[in-house]
Amino acid sequence: MQDFRRFKAALVTLWLLPLVMPGGAAHAQAPTPWEMGMQPAFSPVKQQIIALHDFVLVIITLITLFVGALLAWVMYRYNAKSNPVPGRATHNTILEVAWTVIPVLILVVMAIPSFRLVYYEDRTFDPDLTIKVTGHQWYWEYTYPDKGNIDFSSYLIPDDQLKPGQLRLLAVDHPLVVPVNKNIRILETSSDVIHSFFIPSLGVQRYAIPGRTIETWVRVEKPGTYYGECNQICGTNHSRMPIEVHAVTAQEFEAWLVEAKKQFANTTEPAPGYMAGEARPQAPLLTAANEVQH
Amino acid sequence: MSVTTQDHAHDHHDHKPGFVVRWLCSTNHKDIGTLYLLFAVVGGTVGGALSEIMRAQLNFAGNHVVDSGQEWNTIVTAHGLLMIFFSVMPALIGGFGNWFIPLMIGAPDMAFPRLNNISFWMLPPAFILICTGLLLGESGSGWTLYPPLSNATYEPGPGMDCTLFALHLAGISSLLGAMNFITTIFNMRAPGMTLHKMPLFVWSELVTAFLLLLSIPVLAGAITMLICDRNFGTSFFDPAGGGDPVLFQHLFWFFGHPEVYIMILPGFGIVSHVVSTFSKKPIFGYLGMAYAMVAIGAVGFVVWAHHMFVSGISVDTRAYFMAATFVIAVPTGVKIFSWIATMWGGSIELKTPMLWAIGMIFVFTIGGVTGIVLANAGIDQIVHNTYYVVAHFHYVLSLGAVFSIFCGFYYWIGKMSGHQYPEFWGKVHFWLTFIGVNLTFFPQHFLGLAGMPRRYPDYPEAFVGWNFVSSIGAYIGGVALLVFFYVLYRTFTSKEHLADNYWGEGATSLEWSLPSPPPFHTYAELPLIR
Repeated sequence: MQDFRRFKAALVTLWLLPLVMPGGAAHAQAPTPWEMGMQPAFSPVKQQIIALHDFVLVIITLITLFVGALLAWVMYRYNAKSNPVPGRATHNTILEVAWTVIPVLILVVMAIPSFRLVYYEDRTFDPDLTIKVTGHQWYWEYTYPDKGNIDFSSYLIPDDQLKPGQLRLLAVDHPLVVPVNKNIRILETSSDVIHSFFIPSLGVQRYAIPGRTIETWVRVEKPGTYYGECNQICGTNHSRMPIEVHAVTAQEFEAWLVEAKKQFANTTEPAPGYMAGEARPQAPLLTAANEVQH
Repeated sequence: MSVTTQDHAHDHHDHKPGFVVRWLCSTNHKDIGTLYLLFAVVGGTVGGALSEIMRAQLNFAGNHVVDSGQEWNTIVTAHGLLMIFFSVMPALIGGFGNWFIPLMIGAPDMAFPRLNNISFWMLPPAFILICTGLLLGESGSGWTLYPPLSNATYEPGPGMDCTLFALHLAGISSLLGAMNFITTIFNMRAPGMTLHKMPLFVWSELVTAFLLLLSIPVLAGAITMLICDRNFGTSFFDPAGGGDPVLFQHLFWFFGHPEVYIMILPGFGIVSHVVSTFSKKPIFGYLGMAYAMVAIGAVGFVVWAHHMFVSGISVDTRAYFMAATFVIAVPTGVKIFSWIATMWGGSIELKTPMLWAIGMIFVFTIGGVTGIVLANAGIDQIVHNTYYVVAHFHYVLSLGAVFSIFCGFYYWIGKMSGHQYPEFWGKVHFWLTFIGVNLTFFPQHFLGLAGMPRRYPDYPEAFVGWNFVSSIGAYIGGVALLVFFYVLYRTFTSKEHLADNYWGEGATSLEWSLPSPPPFHTYAELPLIR
């Protein structure tokens, strides 16, 4: 009975969720309830990803509907009642050539924009800013090597310390701050296991792999807050190391740099990753986080 | 065919050994096939129970069905490995393969009956080892086992070693089985049965056996290196000692990608037979169908790094693997259209096996086209490792491969057991499963596109809606599994007597010339194929 009431309450909440979610916050780009497609684009890479995906989606939907319609038709037209005497046709060269060649043509049509996108996504030449991202169990460390090596760590805000408007499992204590409309080179590595730096609305994703530096890039087109999550299984708190990006104007970014140089001046070496298998309780994890940053 | 009367005449030679010798020391391909099928039911049920636990946890955000992330990761790992190595593969390869390859090619048994026995008996210990890793909660690396997360620093307990050794055992089992299949198919076909007259199910198992033979040793090498890294101080995959975590990914996926075709190809074979039987027409484009499978197998070996588009491989490499992956769509399309062309002009009876076959063609098409989306390295940058991937591979495997397992079960259970399944409950089972799994996995495409990562025990509130729908679907799928057990109960208590060829004119392969169930030893005299 208790369970049933909980179930009913959950159902009601589900339908009301779109109303109560803080979707209206200024340019905050987070996933929205009942979203059925990709998050909107705020970088040129993501715009092109969405454009290509929309194109491919049309093709695959047509193919699926075509196959579905053929199946429905044969079940209707050639069932034992409508067609008691089966035919014997087992070959039709034209047909067989057609269903080999037409898919090839469709794939070629699709491959052309796909290749263009892959090469466009690869890297930015002449970056305006470089940011180094280091994955740790279970937080992200951000370094600005060409801005005086500002270095700080970014931890999840635990559920019981969320302020109103902060999104659970997405909000962090120190977001990554970037200027808008600049080509930003992102260099990724990890200090322990593999993580993945994944920001859906900006079209960014690369693994952070220990012993390697992997490059990608982003150009944020609009000031605002963008959210991402770790996207490669990395241990017990895999779901608890989100990414929050604040994109600001060039002037605001300069002001932040000055502020950040002071704030993170005393940053000691980043905390070592917790040993695996040691599922640390929430509270000590956060204490450790705060010690590192101040 | 002429063999029928001869085998009836040999019935009085049909002495079966006692229980222990028959089931524990079995060398009979039919008994070993039965053992594999029973084992697949056990593995699938445990793996299915784990998926119900996962969907219960993901039913709401902030749920506490599974409290620790480590425990969650262990369940994720065990679910994947159990379903692949201990359910789909034993059913499709060990189970139906052992049962029907000899019957279809007119061979008295497999080429190496004792090898056959040991390849089965590798599996129960492997299963115990996997479950040990699960119960110890120490194998939370995901089924992909990527180091460093799976190395001794981050998974120090023996549970992870248990899981790795389980894969070694399961791998040896598959490898021995593959050798046996290849030898049997090449050397023991009845006189007159050329390769180009061989039933498509046998073709599918032959291609599968080659994929196993070439890919399993690479997995074995990778996990041996991992075991050495963990226990003997090597550093194959540890950058601190000059190793490379990405090397493991290459090795793993060199095995892992053929592995997904290993799971689906035998299903293709079964569906071909069922579609032909219930359309009362020979298969359309037989040679195209056979060589499409060979092509899928061959190309399947050169596409592995499409699983690694965000692992930092170079842009030209990404472009190559994208193009190569597109190519697979062509032979797959040939198969889909040939099945439809087989039905075209036929006289279709929508019995339960045919429902599963048509259902399989449809869900496999959906899984196939989302594969094209994922093959786009450009788009994959944003859907890699999200629920879109989870939806895609469940559409081709949890729906495609599992539908073909049930398809084979309903098609052949009368032949294997001599008892027919209840038609009504078979259809109930199909429709419940079809609704359940589509409700479970279709919304996961939306979650993935919106950016929900996989292997998350908890997620931001925005993802609640579709997760809720997905969990409801999983519960319906769970009920469908219970209906399946009821079908099993009804089948084995049925008193109906079955004819040799109870499907009638459409069923033309050699197993339908034998009694249902076939005698313990078949083809004492080889059938002659004209």
